[in-house]
Amino acid sequence: MKKISIFKKPITQYSLFMPILCLFLVLIVNLIQTPHFFKITIQNGVLYGYIIDILNRSSGLVILAVGMTLVVASSGGTDISVGAVCALAGAVCVAALGTGETYKMPYIAAVLLALLIGLICGVFNGFLVSFMKVQPMVATLILFTAGRGIAQLVTGSFILYVKPKSFTYLGSFIPGVPIPTPCFVAAFVVILTWLVLTKTSLGMYIQSVGINSKASFLVGLNSKVIIFLTYVFCGICAAIAGLISVSRTASIDANNVGLYIELDAILAVAIGGNSLAGGKFSLAGSVIGAITIQALTTTLYAMRVAADQLPLYKAIVVVAIVAIQSPVLRKWFKNLTLKLAPGKPVKEAM
Amino acid sequence: MSKVNTAAPQSNGSGVFKRVAQKLLERNFLLFVTIVLFIIAYVAGLFAFKDKNFGNLQVFLNLLISNAGLIIIAVGMTMVLIIAGIDISVGSVVAVTCMMLAAMMEKAKMEPLPAVLIVLLFGVVFGAVQGWLISYLKLQPFIVTLAGMFFARGLTAVISLEMITVTNEAYVKLAQYKMYLPFGGYLNRKGEMIYPYIYPTVILALAIVVLGYIMLRYTKFGRTIYAVGGNEYSAMLMGLNVKRTKLLVYIINGFLATLGGVAYSLNTLGAFVELARGFEMDAIASTVIGGTPLTGGVGNVIGTLFGVLIKALIETFVSFQGNLSSWWSKIIISALLALFIVLQSLLAMRKEKQR
Amino acid sequence: MAIGKEILKMRHITKNFLGVRALNNVDFTLRAGEIHALMGENGAGKSTLIKVLTGAEEFESGEIWMDGIPHPIINRSPQEAQHNGISTVYQEINLCPNISVAENLFIGREPKKHGMIDWKTMNKKAKEALAVLDVDIDVTINLENYSVAIQQMVAIARAVDISSKVLILDEPTSSLNDFEVSKLFAVMRKLKERGLGIIFVTHFLEQVYEICDRITVLRNGELVGEYEVDKLPRVQLVARMMGKDFDDLAEIKREHKGSTGKEEVVVEAKGLGCSGKIKPFDITVNKGDVVGLSGLLGSGRSELARALYGADRPDKGVLKFKGKRFTSRAPIDSIRAGMGFLPENRKEEGIIADLSVRENIIIALQARQGMFKLLSRKEQEEFADRFIDLLKIKTADRETPVKQLSGGNQQKVILARWLLTNPDFLILDEPTRGIDVGTKTEIQRLVIKLAEEGKAIIFISSEIEEMLRTCNRMAILRDSSKVGELSGDEITQVNIMKAIAGGTTV
Ligand SMILES: Nc1ncnc2c1ncn2[C@@H]1O[C@H](COP(=O)(O)OP(=O)(O)OP(=O)(O)O)[C@@H](O)[C@H]1O
Ligand SMILES: [Mg+2]
Repeated sequence: MKKISIFKKPITQYSLFMPILCLFLVLIVNLIQTPHFFKITIQNGVLYGYIIDILNRSSGLVILAVGMTLVVASSGGTDISVGAVCALAGAVCVAALGTGETYKMPYIAAVLLALLIGLICGVFNGFLVSFMKVQPMVATLILFTAGRGIAQLVTGSFILYVKPKSFTYLGSFIPGVPIPTPCFVAAFVVILTWLVLTKTSLGMYIQSVGINSKASFLVGLNSKVIIFLTYVFCGICAAIAGLISVSRTASIDANNVGLYIELDAILAVAIGGNSLAGGKFSLAGSVIGAITIQALTTTLYAMRVAADQLPLYKAIVVVAIVAIQSPVLRKWFKNLTLKLAPGKPVKEAM
Repeated sequence: MSKVNTAAPQSNGSGVFKRVAQKLLERNFLLFVTIVLFIIAYVAGLFAFKDKNFGNLQVFLNLLISNAGLIIIAVGMTMVLIIAGIDISVGSVVAVTCMMLAAMMEKAKMEPLPAVLIVLLFGVVFGAVQGWLISYLKLQPFIVTLAGMFFARGLTAVISLEMITVTNEAYVKLAQYKMYLPFGGYLNRKGEMIYPYIYPTVILALAIVVLGYIMLRYTKFGRTIYAVGGNEYSAMLMGLNVKRTKLLVYIINGFLATLGGVAYSLNTLGAFVELARGFEMDAIASTVIGGTPLTGGVGNVIGTLFGVLIKALIETFVSFQGNLSSWWSKIIISALLALFIVLQSLLAMRKEKQR
Repeated sequence: MAIGKEILKMRHITKNFLGVRALNNVDFTLRAGEIHALMGENGAGKSTLIKVLTGAEEFESGEIWMDGIPHPIINRSPQEAQHNGISTVYQEINLCPNISVAENLFIGREPKKHGMIDWKTMNKKAKEALAVLDVDIDVTINLENYSVAIQQMVAIARAVDISSKVLILDEPTSSLNDFEVSKLFAVMRKLKERGLGIIFVTHFLEQVYEICDRITVLRNGELVGEYEVDKLPRVQLVARMMGKDFDDLAEIKREHKGSTGKEEVVVEAKGLGCSGKIKPFDITVNKGDVVGLSGLLGSGRSELARALYGADRPDKGVLKFKGKRFTSRAPIDSIRAGMGFLPENRKEEGIIADLSVRENIIIALQARQGMFKLLSRKEQEEFADRFIDLLKIKTADRETPVKQLSGGNQQKVILARWLLTNPDFLILDEPTRGIDVGTKTEIQRLVIKLAEEGKAIIFISSEIEEMLRTCNRMAILRDSSKVGELSGDEITQVNIMKAIAGGTTV
């Protein structure tokens, strides 16, 4: 574990253990439910199986969770606009490429345009939060409501389809590569972020600002700029997730792309053992959290739960997961086991 | 904060209004800003929609009528925000409330009163569970209430995937019971005297605001909420029962969420799975606009009332403008919201500098 | 009233924090009508003993007995402790900044009329409770509007007002001036007459000898012993606390070399001011100077320092730093130019609580280096270790979150942070607040040494003696403006007092 220097605190390391355990438990349930759960086969030259599916489908969420983690850490608030930004970026990309047999403009240009849109959204949010001192949730509420509206304007409120096959590469497979492309993208985003956080002092700055912005200011950190940057980054992450999402279906439905995904992203951060009050964070935790959520969703679908009723079960599992991570509960259990095993004085148990 | 009307000994008799304004300006700047901005916006509306009878008292009352449920819920939200928590489950709770009421009255043919009581009890239990998880297990409020949101929404779908319309006679009658004001009437085109009216839910909502105000300002429990929101650890060291206070706040909030849901149901007279989606954001936004930040320790329900009114006013502007597509109106509402938030924060920042 | 029966007995108290033994088998006894000093170095376990007693922290083993209760008690929360007659002022001020002064005094026991809080009576009673300590302030506005000292007085007034059997004061005097301390002592004496037992923690030895009857000394979480004040001379007390003999403070004394006008000027402010905070002032600090800022709390000492550092942006006047005109847009500019600033309020503006000791030490240096030049892990560890040694910071590990250190040790970490940046001009706002005698001397020595090495230093302290020892010039502040300066032989206790009190301008 030499690599993650900023997360190398014993406590955090310990708390990473719980998220992993939770993921593990969810997977075990699957194994019992569906014996061939871990089977990976090759069909039509690509990998196929539940595990691959989970990794594939969670990529968008992983990317969002990375952005969200930094936003939460630096500002102690959440960016609830990411779902809307996904839709907007996707809409812009599709609209730019057009619905014809060929692209209206080079593919890469459209992608860059979408990323630019994400960046602009991030700038807007970041500006409000850091320079105007608006509370994060309220500031991002503006794009949360407006974003989809603007996306509708861009698409003329139609569902648009992109015809060229190459458009789907990003969301599925590049011919000849057996691993889904979104996995690569997610891995790329995670590794790049992690490198930036650990090879520069940005990781420490973000935590410092999130813990005590007054003290950080006095030791020479520019709290505002740091918070601003995390929002911009989160906007870009949202755009990437949006691109993957539209590429999966080769279409844009501005009403439904990335719907409620901001909630899952926030949940991923928390399930990863991070505090939503900001400060110290674990990127790895958030990534595991995101995968856990997708695994849970896949599991529930595999158990044939109706889509509308799914949240009910999800809620129960989520509470269970965060509850077993609660130090209070762990202490209760410890005391209980101590009581059940008498003759072992408390002092020695320490 | 919220020292709205501590008696000032050196009154010069005449300017009660001036004195209150002065106090507001000094003690509760955010509330002051909210009220002033509301007045400005309202006056702007008077000019902009002069030809459309914007000044009609009924237009103003409609702000209250269509938002009675929101007001009730926002009062609960205010307490939750003051104690430095958050509740994003309220939208789903409204949905499940409406659905339960509809199902009980239509499917089980129950009378409205027991149905309403059951629903309120559900709210208390729901709030208690959330509150217990937050205060005793120390789970993060956002996550607990997010789970609550999922749970309530899922439960709505479990009760019925189809839309249910309420036809219960007594309930419909109550929903349409207009209470006319004895003043403010005007002659319509036919020469009849039309008096403005409200629904019982408006009275209920205003009563909740008043009760909320009294509780927050004049009871030990209310003041403890502020202390805990200001600094939980200090409050504990000062000998306050932090956990119980938090639990109680979430219980009250759960109760108010379902009560607001009942008011909401009286407006919609029906329920479906996607009902009141995003309603929690309305509640949070109105509360924050009303001068209760998400950081805890500060806020009051009078501001919240104005926060809701501002949100309602913006929506009224958009609807008076007429024939806007739904997404355009969303964009405009957000733009106005943004404008308002920025203004508020600019004023607050200037005030901060002066200190 | 003579010292009476034992009203509180703690026996064999043991308490661990995640592998750190904070208290080991500690006994403590408090009698009615006594003022009992609890002494020990930073991190000895004083605050922990208090927190354990009052239910703010749990403990592993041991017993607490209170007079009149036939069985051992455990206070599960400060609420229960209050119920049992114990009221406490904790070390870091623990009040709620967002509610009014009156409420801070009465919350949980508000006066009522018709079941509703009676604000009028409450405000009146609050005024009375504060009048006991000679504090006269507007009790209806929020606590956050007042200085640390006033907040401390409010905390004391609250505890005094609640107290029925036992009153605990954990370093209540660390931010008070002599006048305020004397008021507090008068009140303590009165309570003692009434038969209360008072536990008093302080690092000021003279205060112990002035007011206490008995002393319990802790060292490294263990009980050293309980002594009667008259039987334990000062030198011995210090030796007990440190576990070794100690050369007394008296020997540090800087010769007050007056200005010869030849020294290199490092900082020169002309008409610098920051509206609403500090009125325009002139000040020069030369190489090798230790300039003290003296004045009552709220007189603008900290504000002057902040304006020089650029923590508040001055809107009037000019500042010259190392001979060049210098405008700081934010602290980072000042740090790059070679300034350092140790703020007064450790909890709010000093420590970054969840970060480790290492990170807290290197962060200012890292900020100066910039984002892309990350100090290598090895360098960071070296720096941290060096200062943990140098300042004798008591911590389990350099990776321990700084919030887990005792108050005094947190202060040392912040000091280390600035020493590491090796600034030319260092502003120290109450650097020894909450620091034990031994280390305090070390820090004073260090300040003098730094000055001799050619640094320019501004030193702010509420403790005049400390300034007498370290400063060679002294600026006096009153009502947000600088009213005069003393140098060389003029710096005497009497002169300073006179200047602070006003009347004649120096
Ligand atoms: N929350 C905590 N977690 C871990 N260790 C702690 C915690 N609080 C205190 N400690 C440790 O317990 C020891 C005793 O600390 P305590 O605060 O009681 O010291 P103190 O005697 O009050 O010192 P000071 O004079 O600096 O206030 C210290 O070594 C400290 O690091
Ligand atoms: Mg202490």
